[in-house]
Parts: sequence; C-alpha cells; structure tokens
Amino acid sequence: MITESDIEHIAELADIGISRDEVPEFTRQFNAIIEYFEVLDTVEGENAPDTRVVNVFRDDEPDPCLSQEEALANAGSTENGFIKAPRVM
Amino acid sequence: MKTIVGLEIHVQLSTATKLFCGCSTDYRDDEPNTHCCPVCLGLPGALPRLNKRAVEYGLKVAKALDMRVPEESEFARKNYFYPDLAKAYQITQSDRPLAVEGTVEIEDDEGHEKIVRITRAHLEEDPGRLIHIAGGSKYSLVDYNRSGIPLLEIVTEPDMRSPQEARRFLNKLRTILEYLGVFDGEREGGLRVDANISMEGSERVEVKNISSYKGVEKALTFEVTRQRNLLRRGQKVARETRHFVEGRGITTSARSKEEAQDYRYFPDPDLPPLRVAGWVEAIDLPELPVARKNRFMAQYGISLNHARTLTGDPKLADFYEAVAHVEPVLAATWVADTLLGELNYREMSIAAVPAERIAELIALLRSETITDAAGVQVLREMLDACAAGNPCEPPAAIVEREGLTRAAEGEFTQVVEKVVAANPQAVEDYRAGKKGALNFLVGQVMKETRGRADPRELGRIVSEYIDRGGV
Amino acid sequence: MAGTLDFSPDDRYNAFITTCAEAPFGDGPLAGTAVAVKDNISTAGIRTTCGSKILDGYVPPYDAHVVDLLRRAGAAIVGKTNMDEFGMGSTTETSAFGPTRNPVDLTRVPGGSSGGSAAAVAAGLVPMALGTDTGGSIRCPAAFCGIAGLKPTYGRVSRYGLIAYANSLEQVGPMARTVEDVSRLMSVIAHYDPRDSTMLDRPYNHRPSAEVKGLRIGIPEEYFGEGVDPRVGESVRDAIGVLEGLGAETVPVSIPGMRHALAAYYVICTSEASSNLARFDGVRYGPAVDTRKSWHEAYQDLRRELLGAEVRRRIMLGTFALSAGYAGQYYAKAQVARRKIREDFGRALREADVIAGPTMPTVAFRLGEKTDPISMYLSDILTAPANLAGIPAISVPCGRVDGLPVGLQIMGRQFEDERVVDVAFAYEQEVRA
Repeated sequence: MITESDIEHIAELADIGISRDEVPEFTRQFNAIIEYFEVLDTVEGENAPDTRVVNVFRDDEPDPCLSQEEALANAGSTENGFIKAPRVM
Repeated sequence: MKTIVGLEIHVQLSTATKLFCGCSTDYRDDEPNTHCCPVCLGLPGALPRLNKRAVEYGLKVAKALDMRVPEESEFARKNYFYPDLAKAYQITQSDRPLAVEGTVEIEDDEGHEKIVRITRAHLEEDPGRLIHIAGGSKYSLVDYNRSGIPLLEIVTEPDMRSPQEARRFLNKLRTILEYLGVFDGEREGGLRVDANISMEGSERVEVKNISSYKGVEKALTFEVTRQRNLLRRGQKVARETRHFVEGRGITTSARSKEEAQDYRYFPDPDLPPLRVAGWVEAIDLPELPVARKNRFMAQYGISLNHARTLTGDPKLADFYEAVAHVEPVLAATWVADTLLGELNYREMSIAAVPAERIAELIALLRSETITDAAGVQVLREMLDACAAGNPCEPPAAIVEREGLTRAAEGEFTQVVEKVVAANPQAVEDYRAGKKGALNFLVGQVMKETRGRADPRELGRIVSEYIDRGGV
Repeated sequence: MAGTLDFSPDDRYNAFITTCAEAPFGDGPLAGTAVAVKDNISTAGIRTTCGSKILDGYVPPYDAHVVDLLRRAGAAIVGKTNMDEFGMGSTTETSAFGPTRNPVDLTRVPGGSSGGSAAAVAAGLVPMALGTDTGGSIRCPAAFCGIAGLKPTYGRVSRYGLIAYANSLEQVGPMARTVEDVSRLMSVIAHYDPRDSTMLDRPYNHRPSAEVKGLRIGIPEEYFGEGVDPRVGESVRDAIGVLEGLGAETVPVSIPGMRHALAAYYVICTSEASSNLARFDGVRYGPAVDTRKSWHEAYQDLRRELLGAEVRRRIMLGTFALSAGYAGQYYAKAQVARRKIREDFGRALREADVIAGPTMPTVAFRLGEKTDPISMYLSDILTAPANLAGIPAISVPCGRVDGLPVGLQIMGRQFEDERVVDVAFAYEQEVRA
C-alpha cells in the first residue's frame, strides 16, 4: 500500500515537481498500478541478460568536437563560453 | 586509539579521447565547452561508445595490482541530478566491476613492509565542472570539457593505520600508474581521493573530493586530531560526509542528511557487457617500481636509498639509466642528490634536462677534470639556461669559459701561503687542536680559487704547510 | 535529380508538429519522396520536441543515423509528426501539441505513440513515415489507422539520434500504406551504425516475396483470450485463413510468460525512462531553467510545468521500481520475466516459423475514452511482448470492425524481419487482388 507520504517521498527522490492537489490522484493510480505489478511476485528463476552482443569498442582516436557556438546554441543562458545553471545549495 | 583509513581514488586515465566519445581529453588550456559533442553534452538521442584503450588501461592497472578480472563486467547508470552531470546519470560500474581483490605493498610507520588490499577497480566517466562565482551571484557556470573523461576508481580496504601510511600508499600507487603509462601526474586534478577515516570502534567519516594527493595527508591528519579530541571529551564521532577545505587545511561537515543516497543503479541498456578475462594474460607489464629498484641495486651497485629515490618516478629512473654508463655510483649521487635538489629548488621537471649533457658533466667529474664544487657550479649554469629556455651548453664549454679546470697543486701554493699569513689566529687555533680552524682556512683558499681545488686535497696541503712550520 | 519539394499539407488531423514548406531532397532510391519523421528522432536544423513542452525550441545540431540514411537515399524530410509525449501513450493524446485525429474517423484516436506518422500516411499526406516502437508504438497506430508498420528486430536499426524513452525495448521502424513501401523504407534505414553499441551488422536488402507455401504459422492462445474483442479476433482468424489458403499451415503455440509481460514491460520502460528523462533540466537545451532559484527547486519547478501528468507518473513509477528503499525489487523481477518471455518466443518460434495474432485487442478508441492509466496500459498487451523478446513484428490491415481498421500482427525470429514482411506481403497481395 502506497501512502500519500510515499508519493511525496518518491517525487522527491525523482526530483520531479508534483503539486499538493495532484498527490491524492497519483496515490490512487500508483496503488492500482503497483497492484498490477505484483503479478511479478510469482516469477521464479534467475535473470540472465541477453548477451547477443558483447565487447563493442571504439578506437582511441579523436573525432571533431562541436564548436563552442554549436555547443551553446541550445542553452538558455550563457556567460563567457560557460552555460549558466542554478546554483546547488 | 587505532586509526583506520580506507581510500577511494579516482584516476583520470591518459587516453587521447573521452571514455564514451571521440572528444579530445586535452582540454586544460582551452576555452570552456570546446571539447564537447552530442554524447558528452548529453544531447537527446546521443549514445555512448566505449573507448577500448580505457579498458586496456584499466586492465593494465588490474594486472599491476595483482587483481582478479571477472569473466564479465558491466556498465551501470548511477542516477543523480546535478547540472554538471550532462545525462543526469553517470555511467559507472556497480555490481560487476572490471577487477577485484588486489594488493599494494607499502612501508608502515615502523618501516616494515605491509600489504594494503585493493577491493575493486572500475571504469567510470568524469562529470563536467561547476564553477561557483565568488560573491553574491545566484547561479553557477558549467563547463563540460571534463564531462566524459575516463576515470578508474580504485577502492582499498580499510588497511591503512595513519595519514602517513595513506600518503605512502598514494605515492606508491601514483608511481605504479606512471610506470604503466596510464596516468599523467602533471595534469591538474588528475587524481582525486575520497578518504574514509575512523578511530577503532567509532563511526566512520568520509572526506570527499580531495583534489591533490598531498592534501590527503593533511585532511586525514586534521581528522585524526578532530576525532580524537571529540572522543577524549567523551563525545561521539558522527557518521557523516565532510569536505576538505584545501586552503585552510581543515574539513567541514558537508551534509547532515541521515539517509544514504539512493542512486537507483541499473545496467546501462546502451552498453553491452564486457568480456575481457582473457585479455589480462596478453598484457605485457613494464618493469614496475619494486623490480626496477632491485635491479638498480644489483646492476649498478647503488644504495637502497638512491635506488628508491631514482625509481620513484619513471622519468627520473629513465634519466638515470641514460647517464649511468659513465659511472653508476657517481651518477646515482649526482642525479638523486644534487640534480634532484637543484630541480626542486627551481620547480623544474626532469623532462627539461638533456641527459647527454649531464652524462658529460659526470664524465668530467669522473676524470677529475673538475672538482665537485665546480661541478655544482656548472650544473647550476646549465639548469638556469634550460629553465630560461635557452640551449644547454656542453659542460666542457662552461668549464673552459669560466676557467674551472681543477687547479694543479703548484697553482695554489701561493694562495695557501697568502691565506695562512693573513689568518694567524686560525693557524694558532689549528695548532691548539681545533679542527674547525683548518676548515676555515680551506674555505678561504677555496674562495680564492673559485672552487677549482679539491677541498680534501686542500686540507692535506694546508695542514702539511702549517706542520712544516710555514707561517 | 536533387531539388526541393513544396509541402503544404491539409493537416486537419494535427498529424504534424512541424512541417517543412520547402524540403530539400537528393538523388537515390527515395529521390523526391516525401517522408515524415516522428518527432522523437533528431533532425539537424529542424525542431525536435518529443511532443513535449520541455523540448520546445530544441534544434538538434546533428541528424539521427536513420535521418542521415534517409537524406542520403534522396528522401525529402517534410516534417516532424505528432506523438504521445516522449512516446508515453497509445493514443497520441498526451502530446503537448494537442491530440492527432484518426483519418478514418475524426472522433477516434489514431493510436500511439506514433499517431502522427500513422495519420499522415493514412490520410495520404505522405507515402511513408518513420515511427518508433517501444511497446507497440508503430504497430498500434498502424492497426488503428489501417496502414502497415514494422517494428524491426532489436539491434537492426540504429538508435543513434532517437531520443530515448526505453533503450532496451525501442526501435525505429517504417510505416506506409503498403507492405512493399514498408519494405522499401526498411531497406534504407537498416544499415549498420557503429555509434549504436547494441546494434548488429545485419543490413536489410530485401524485395518482398508472396510465397508462403509450407510456412508454419504459430497461433498463441494468449493472443485470442480475455480482453480481446471477439470481432477483432474473428477478423484476424479470417486473415490467417487467407494465408492457409495460400499454402501456409497453422500450429498452436503457447507463450505462458504473457501473464507477466505487461507488468514486466511497464516496470522496465518506466525504470529506463526515469533515468533517460532526467537530463531535461533546461540547462543545455530546452526552455531555460530559472537560474535565480536554487538548483533542485528550479529543476522540480521546470519539470512540473513542462512535463505532462503521464510522463511524470511514469518517471515516478520508474524511480519507485528502481529504488533500493522499496521492497518490491520490481526491476530485477521484471528482468527475469523478460528472460522467460524471450525463451517462450524462442521455443514457439522453433515450432513455428512466424507467430500471428491481433495487433491490438480492440479497434481505435474514441478521443478521450481512455482516462485511466491502467486501462490504457492494458491495450499494449499484444504488442509489448515482441519488444521484450526483441523480435520483429509487423502489423498489416485485415478488415474492419464497426468500420474501423483491424491489424494482423506477424512476429518472427530475431533478424528474420524479411520473413514477417513476406507473410504480411502475401496476405496484402491476396486480399488486394
């Protein structure tokens, strides 16, 4: 059973904004979905990853980079060739 | 109170390109965001491509540290959200690392050999760099040039018992990495350390992101004092993460969050597994520091101390081997003691010194064409020229120009007479049995002859002269 | 004959997010052919949004590998098609650019998430389009709009430049009105790209053949069971009858892992999505994050404002499934279930050459009909298994129910995309003749 405070915790962990009034609806939907996920509890056995492909490499040879202008073209705000970002407190 | 230290070392591998894209790693003198592509900028849709050399370098280290390389390893995503982490996850290795269970031999605080166990080594990518502008500005600046630089994270068991042991371990590890040619010690920030430290029976403190290996000893020494003081006062050491403030030599509490971070690791679906177990056998390791040190003693007949110093840096060891042919023991003294001291004084790298010139200098000393004192003088002139970027003159030319050839015995009879005559008090002291008086007189002669005479020989000549009754 | 194609479609279906009024094209097998590209595939110089506000205004500096191949084949890229936001939906209603309508019936959804591509083809705005398929996103809209669409074998088409939703499941694939055109487009896009490390060098160079004599078609009971509209099942059985008439035989097969398929699918796709979608932080691209706020506050606010409810729901689900803090260990269990489904298909495809069933359990929903996430998720039950198993699967129109198209789904062995194309082609040729 997922509670509203679980939902708030998961939103925090996911670093995703949900507003107060969305919490009850998310909680209800989450419980329905997780109830559905519980069918997985009946799965038995070990995982064995699909290893059709292994060891794919690139040689250590330089490729051209984007120009600074191209690298910054989509950035919202820049300063002296740097990209501006909110400060981590 | 027993101190317990374990380290996590992040080593930037000296590949030409980044771990998952072809951007050049040689970014340090360049403008921000000029060594970037869709992959390392985390642009939507870009996919990682693993650099084979980074894997080879990782395996070289694994072999040198006597580690076990499992059949298969895998890359995983470590999810956390930070503006310098371009994809909002770091590609790293979690449950299935490249290599496990190795050892490094160091000296403990009593000078005995001891083993530090290596838990694991894994490959991962470096994040970009965040720059916080001093002052009140609210934002940070991001440079993604570093984003995707290959790191090898090496984790030790908590086997070190003092900050000094930790320093010796790091020195040793660094030397091995340099010998392997997988790491460039001169790159700023090329080696970063997280250190776990506790007093036996107390909680563990993690000191994060110490960006110089010299800082590790300082940070740990600070922690030892801090933790011991807490315990002495009957307080508890809190389990926490702390930051090392390099400028002040202290650590400060970083976050008080109780719960451990939940990074939600899972295998990166963009990267197939690695199967490299068979590769390790094929790796030809270069001679490593311990083997080279032993060989130096056996082959060149030099002392343990000289051998240790000379093999502490592969470039220095190579240099020594380039000049040892002249006369190995004399060469060891001149390289390990004199040259190294002069280089440190000038903050010069051995790479800036032409070995053949030093070999010529050692030959002049060996043939007793010049005295040791004159040798030092010549060496200094050569190094000053190198440091200034000027061509390094052959030592013979300097000797010639400066007139530094060892003086013939007859050449300084007059000077001895003059000095003895001018210093009657010293002569009297000498006769009264004061040893220092002779040294003083010899020094005066040396000064007059600008180092061209051998001091031991001068001592004999001066004392004979006085003993014969010369005044 | 290189040139420029004028493109001004009557897009009453809202099939496109972006159109290119003058689309350049070059020489090659697709010279001058208008091709629409789903808006989660990167196009250099053309806005690429994934149907989300969080990428509005983002102009990629590079082409996806498939787009590069299209351009080199001479195609004119005429626009970027509408889709469920980040591919998360089966109706194209979660797009931030409004829903797309089904050209067959404007009150119905076109299916999703490649609804824009399907509608553009079905309406005749373009002869062919690229879609992407994570759990049915090519086949579902192909079935609902009455066109053909192929989800290739995982690893056959490069994902480089496809904006990831669930990396281990998704492939770019061709959509067209005929199987022959699906095959033509597949020949252009299925070429090796070293930039996608999950790819194998198995190019597709195939002309469809209608020969199915002696072909063993596996009929899994699970594809005709509960939740499948009996009339849809009937149409599909009739279609299989047509193939039998051409000399194919049917064998019953079973995919017992099906009961875990949808849960496993949703755990895996949301887990991967929670990691993939975290990079949209308004720093390097997309609408700018507010740099006056502190980082986490700004990041959360940006995502609340610019991501739709379904996307945020799936990000949270995936975070939950991967989290060490909750006891479910859903992600690990989903991987086990996935392995079992792969093995089930492997076994079934030794007993049969291909597997056939309906593409979707029902015909196209009414716009606004699916409001509950679970009922929406359940509609992927017949398509998601092929993604879990990594096998090729094609949907080809097979009759109508209530005047709405039904899709016949043919699944095959890994890297036998040619065979599923041939079977669909044989059916199409027979019913068209």
